[in-house]
Amino acid sequence: MSDNGPVQTRCPVLNVRRVDAYYAITVVAPGIAERFRSGQFVSVAVGGDHSSTLLRRPFAIHDVKPDYGGTVEFLFAVRGSGTAWLAERRSRDLLDVVGPLGRPFPLPRDPVNCVLVGGGSGSAPLFPLAQSLRRRGCRVDFVLGAASADRVFSAITARRIAETAAFTTDDGSFGTRGRVTDVLGKVIEEARSDAVYACGPMPMLRAVTQVAGGHGIPVQVAVEETMACGIGICMTCVIPVVGEDGITRMVRSCVDGPVFRGEQVRFDDVGTIPFDALGAPGWKGTGASLAAESARDIA
Amino acid sequence: MNADLRTRLGSLRLPNPVVTAAGCAGSGRELAQFFDIGEIGAVTTKSLMLEPRAGRPAPRMAETPSGMLSTTGMQGPGVDVFLQRDLPWLLSRGGRAIVSIAGSSVGEFGELARRVSEAEGVGAIEVNLSCPNPADPAGRHFADDAAQAATVVQTVRSHARSDVPVLAKLAADVPDVVELAGACVGARADGLTMINTLRGMSVDTRTLRPAVAGGMGGLSGPAIRPLAVGCVFRVHEAFPEVPIIGVGGVRTGTDVLEFMAAGASAVAVGTVNFSDPSACTRVLREFTEALDARGVSRVSDIVGAAHRAGAGV
Ligand SMILES: Cc1cc2nc3c(=O)[nH]c(=O)nc-3n(C[C@H](O)[C@H](O)[C@H](O)COP(=O)(O)OP(=O)(O)OC[C@H]3O[C@@H](n4cnc5c(N)ncnc54)[C@H](O)[C@@H]3O)c2cc1C
Ligand SMILES: Cc1cc2nc3c(=O)[nH]c(=O)nc-3n(C[C@H](O)[C@H](O)[C@H](O)COP(=O)(O)O)c2cc1C
Ligand code: FES
Repeated sequence: MSDNGPVQTRCPVLNVRRVDAYYAITVVAPGIAERFRSGQFVSVAVGGDHSSTLLRRPFAIHDVKPDYGGTVEFLFAVRGSGTAWLAERRSRDLLDVVGPLGRPFPLPRDPVNCVLVGGGSGSAPLFPLAQSLRRRGCRVDFVLGAASADRVFSAITARRIAETAAFTTDDGSFGTRGRVTDVLGKVIEEARSDAVYACGPMPMLRAVTQVAGGHGIPVQVAVEETMACGIGICMTCVIPVVGEDGITRMVRSCVDGPVFRGEQVRFDDVGTIPFDALGAPGWKGTGASLAAESARDIA
Repeated sequence: MNADLRTRLGSLRLPNPVVTAAGCAGSGRELAQFFDIGEIGAVTTKSLMLEPRAGRPAPRMAETPSGMLSTTGMQGPGVDVFLQRDLPWLLSRGGRAIVSIAGSSVGEFGELARRVSEAEGVGAIEVNLSCPNPADPAGRHFADDAAQAATVVQTVRSHARSDVPVLAKLAADVPDVVELAGACVGARADGLTMINTLRGMSVDTRTLRPAVAGGMGGLSGPAIRPLAVGCVFRVHEAFPEVPIIGVGGVRTGTDVLEFMAAGASAVAVGTVNFSDPSACTRVLREFTEALDARGVSRVSDIVGAAHRAGAGV
């Protein structure tokens, strides 16, 4: 119904392959490929038309290519029934996919130095981002972390695309033992980074935001909150985010995100309704903030 | 052949019986990316409260067999923003609006009814009776007590413009849904919507803690459909003249047929919009095909068919 909004398509699977501890699945979805901007995701119906597994599974888009009219690749780890079903797909099977969804990573206007920080499968959306940044003349450095060596995604590609690539694992089986934030400060200093982009679990995003803040540089984070619809109608994916006007709102991470400015996410209050959030119990709306709310949403 | 799909809910006339369920379609804007919102019978908008509301903490949802549990806690922008921003948008796209309201007191329901029905273009008001009643020490819902529900409906009816139909939305996890329906009809509800989500729980077997914040959530989706169809059947039997919107787990066109045969004049698609954003138009197309395949020429002919001896075509 619109030229740049999401589309729902039944698309043939081109292939499913193992990549380290993950599966990469490529589908032919020209409509999604041509609309895609890095940071966006797809949601996939699992289990077939009459499945008792009702909700879609969201996955970050890892790559789009012009082959076969436009293909879309995403990467996943088998976690539960939905991803187990996806791992069993074979080429030519049809998948019902909605995308591209969510707000993409904003790109800098000028060629600046960027560090891209990924945790586990959260590395997936950073690869197309790296390419976009490189095309704009930005320097790109990677910091990728995971529990163990086999969960560090595409170390080789990261080394190839980036100026430098640092790796951390919880068990020390690859790269530095520890967390991404243990090495991030050093990378920021050595690369003279101007901005940080991060994707991964919420505690990691919180820590990365702190490090970036400590170096006085902005950070864009992509969150992975559980989502029932992915298109903004169910209100199950909300997190507390402070707006430009200083007012905290419970915003939908599927359509108002998944990418946010790190400093604006109230990480300590995720999973709560902060007392000062718009519409929180006991909240007394002033005429001005209400007007701000409606103006923001009309815009 | 193409069946005549027009249907009526009191004085509200709809071009076809497929509508959205409250809280499962926003006010239509997001779904309009996937289909023309004017094509379906109506959009039932998310329940409105007087003030903006932040809702409940996360996690707000858990998937369950053929359904989900949710606790969004009525997050919304409040009635002013809705009337200024959302309603005009919906009407400008040729959509028809059934506006759901949720008061935290009887007085608030009255105030909401007055403000909403003063706005141009509201097709009907739906009264969400599944709001916790703060006056009740146990925090029970208005629907849990038929007399309380009747008070709410009566208040809404007396505050709403007389030409705007008032639909009472019933809960099914109450002692007697037919008694609740009777109380609402007695309080001059022009129609009934049934059912709302059912109170349930899912425990995360990894943490052994409830899967959604606050413990209890509302169960919805195909898992609740037989229960919803049963409620529609029983209430239609008791009050055959009262129009009903059937809600609960509608996923396909034949599900619409099922609800209508049980006694519904229109049917709402809820949770399935989350799994299939084109569900409303797909369901409408499948329903039309199902009518054609059965040689039904008017949708009104099948309303309540399951109650008639020798039913079936
Ligand atoms: C915007 C976004 C992007 C994502 N990108 C990726 C990716 O690129 N690669 C990847 O491996 N994973 C990604 N995830 C997580 C992925 O969606 C879950 O791993 C997946 O839904 C699990 O499904 P399941 O049926 O195997 O698990 P189950 O546990 O059986 O799923 C039950 C329900 O919980 C939800 N759920 C479970 N785990 C998660 C989770 N970690 N995050 C969000 N919802 C969850 C499911 O969607 C489903 O509704 C992303 C999540 C979001 C929100
Ligand atoms: C996330 C969610 C939010 C809902 N919000 C409302 C609401 O605001 N008002 C209301 O009357 N019903 C609300 N409902 C209930 C639905 O309108 C519907 O009655 C119920 O989900 C059963 O239909 P379904 O199985 O098709 O979803 C909500 C349901 C869900 C799942
Ligand atoms: S997932 Fe439904 S609103 Fe975000």
